[in-house]
Amino acid sequence: MHLAQLNVAHLREPLDSPALTDFLDALAPIYQVSDAAPGFVWRMKEGDEPTDLIQHDYGPMLVVNLSVWESRETLWNFVYRSAHLEVMRRRREWFHRIAEPYTVMWWVPEGHLPPLDEAVARLDLLRAQGPGPEAFTFKDFYDSSDAACLPAAAEVRK
Amino acid sequence: MTSDDLESMTVLGDPVRRALYRFVAEQGRDVSRNEAAEATGVQRTLAAHHLDKLVEAGLLESRFKRLSGKAGPGGGRPAKVYRRVREERTVSLPPRDYRTLALVLAETVDLLGGEEKAEQAARRTGERLAASDAADLPEVLRARGYEPYEEDGRVRLRNCPFHVLAESHPLLVCSMNLALCEGMLAGLGETGVVATLDPRPGECCVAFTSSKNNVD
Repeated sequence: MHLAQLNVAHLREPLDSPALTDFLDALAPIYQVSDAAPGFVWRMKEGDEPTDLIQHDYGPMLVVNLSVWESRETLWNFVYRSAHLEVMRRRREWFHRIAEPYTVMWWVPEGHLPPLDEAVARLDLLRAQGPGPEAFTFKDFYDSSDAACLPAAAEVRK
Repeated sequence: MTSDDLESMTVLGDPVRRALYRFVAEQGRDVSRNEAAEATGVQRTLAAHHLDKLVEAGLLESRFKRLSGKAGPGGGRPAKVYRRVREERTVSLPPRDYRTLALVLAETVDLLGGEEKAEQAARRTGERLAASDAADLPEVLRARGYEPYEEDGRVRLRNCPFHVLAESHPLLVCSMNLALCEGMLAGLGETGVVATLDPRPGECCVAFTSSKNNVD
């Protein structure tokens, strides 16, 4: 099984405002790090430019990120043990603080590239029911063996 | 503290073991028996005996590795190598439990959205620590358990003194750690050096570079 992760972030200013310049400039170097990181499998792309953010139906102020990794450890090392950490440290400059969970993880069969609606359903599940084998976080993590017991894990909540 | 922790410490009562433990810990990588024996000036078989005692006590971990780097036939016999375990041992008499309180406080900062205030407090604490230690940067860092070492003209930190908290609240703790280190520089009146976040798996997230060539 591979580990999928969705991140959502609510912009403080529109993407074309000068306040977001540093964020957009950080994307290219960060994607270079993620795409070369050990355990990186896939991330959803809208276009060839790093600043081509994923298009969706949740409004222009929401930035989403969806990726698949080989394991908790490899994803953790990218998120918290690479140049990505410094960008996250500055997140308040660009994004609102939200009380709800803004990141969710779940296990997917190897080779499955989750569509955005599957990812958002997992985030909704986490927000509604708290962490469980189908939708969880680093802090409340579930192993793939927990998820494997579930019927057709990738098909859940379509 | 558990009785295991205390038992682990008693294993370090032997000066040869202490020297071996210190040497392996300082390398931050796998160390072979030969290398450890040479560095501490003891016989190889004696070093092997003590290294294995340290593994038994849970202070080091060992594995077999082909030192030639070649796999398969012709790669040579795998050698036993040692490195320090990540988990800390804590001995406090009488027992104290600052870790649980620190976890609760970190949770509280998250709930309050108080990251900025926490970073300010860390900066002030760093200033105070450095001012009271009244030494140079490496000494202040060593005194706090960071284990500084040099690499490519920058000072990196082998050990994260806040490891458990950095695992449970990485963003908060690493940001506070950076602020703490910035505070130490300010407290020392050190203007030629800047602290930056440059995390790596298994190490502290902060590195120090000269402020003059701060262009990566």
